[in-house]
Amino acid sequence: MSDLTSDAHGHEHPKHELSDHAKRIYAIRDLLIEKGVITEKDIQCQIDYQEARSPANGAKLVARAWVDPAFKARFIADPKAACAELGIDATALNEFVVLENTEKVRHMVVCTLCSCYPRPILGRPPDWYKSFNYRQRAVVDPRGVMREFGFDPPDNVEVRVHDSTADIRYLVLPLRPKGTQGWSEDDLAKLVTRDSMIGVMNALSSLPE
Amino acid sequence: MTAAVDKFKPGDRVKIKFEDRPGHIRTPWYIRGKTGWVERVYGEFLNPESLAFGHDGLPKKTLYLIAFNQSDVWGESATKQDKVLVDIYEHWLEPVA
Repeated sequence: MSDLTSDAHGHEHPKHELSDHAKRIYAIRDLLIEKGVITEKDIQCQIDYQEARSPANGAKLVARAWVDPAFKARFIADPKAACAELGIDATALNEFVVLENTEKVRHMVVCTLCSCYPRPILGRPPDWYKSFNYRQRAVVDPRGVMREFGFDPPDNVEVRVHDSTADIRYLVLPLRPKGTQGWSEDDLAKLVTRDSMIGVMNALSSLPE
Repeated sequence: MTAAVDKFKPGDRVKIKFEDRPGHIRTPWYIRGKTGWVERVYGEFLNPESLAFGHDGLPKKTLYLIAFNQSDVWGESATKQDKVLVDIYEHWLEPVA
């Protein structure tokens, strides 16, 4: 369907009016540029920087941790230094903590107050992460949320939900899927989904199509 | 870490203060008045309740990772072995005997 609708009087109008919030943002942007506080180039650079950060960073870290136990130990002891080893810039994070999943313990991350998220490692959070629905139910019924993502934690597993309310950003280190011995680091990284690093699901067990 | 001056250490039982005041409060409602234990001491950070209003965030506040049994927060319907863990600044904690 076209984004534009044809009116009877011969020309097209945008189908959606800008929201009040969007209008305000554009007005502030124009004022900041007009008054010389920032330039259009600054804005474009910042957009490029935001877009360049993606879950691929996290996947690279996790895959390395799976194949290299010494790196895994460093990743858990000093996550920011481990990021620097792989050329990932985590300096924007105040504090960065890695939560290691085991057969007996599964971690899940939420920010019930807003949308705190390890952006340098995972990029921008998905919309559902910021939704009231997830933010409420993640703490009240984490097992129910995990089931909706396709993982039903067995009774002998302890689920630990981290509410990142303050200066700490959390990343879940998911379990390495069974049957992946001998896989290359690049292929392993393809199993590490964004959602597995938020902790709502396991890493994939086979390469995505 | 600032173990010498921190009021609490890992394993200490603590209660979250039940306070209601305006401001940039980083202590979620559902955890106020609940009892848990110190899981980890994260060290000192500028106080967000001050920073949010353009102040200097000083004095710094020690930040703790506090663990709660899900059943202590939500009642017996919660799965017994599950936990919820929340980052809480020291001035929101009181000792539990």
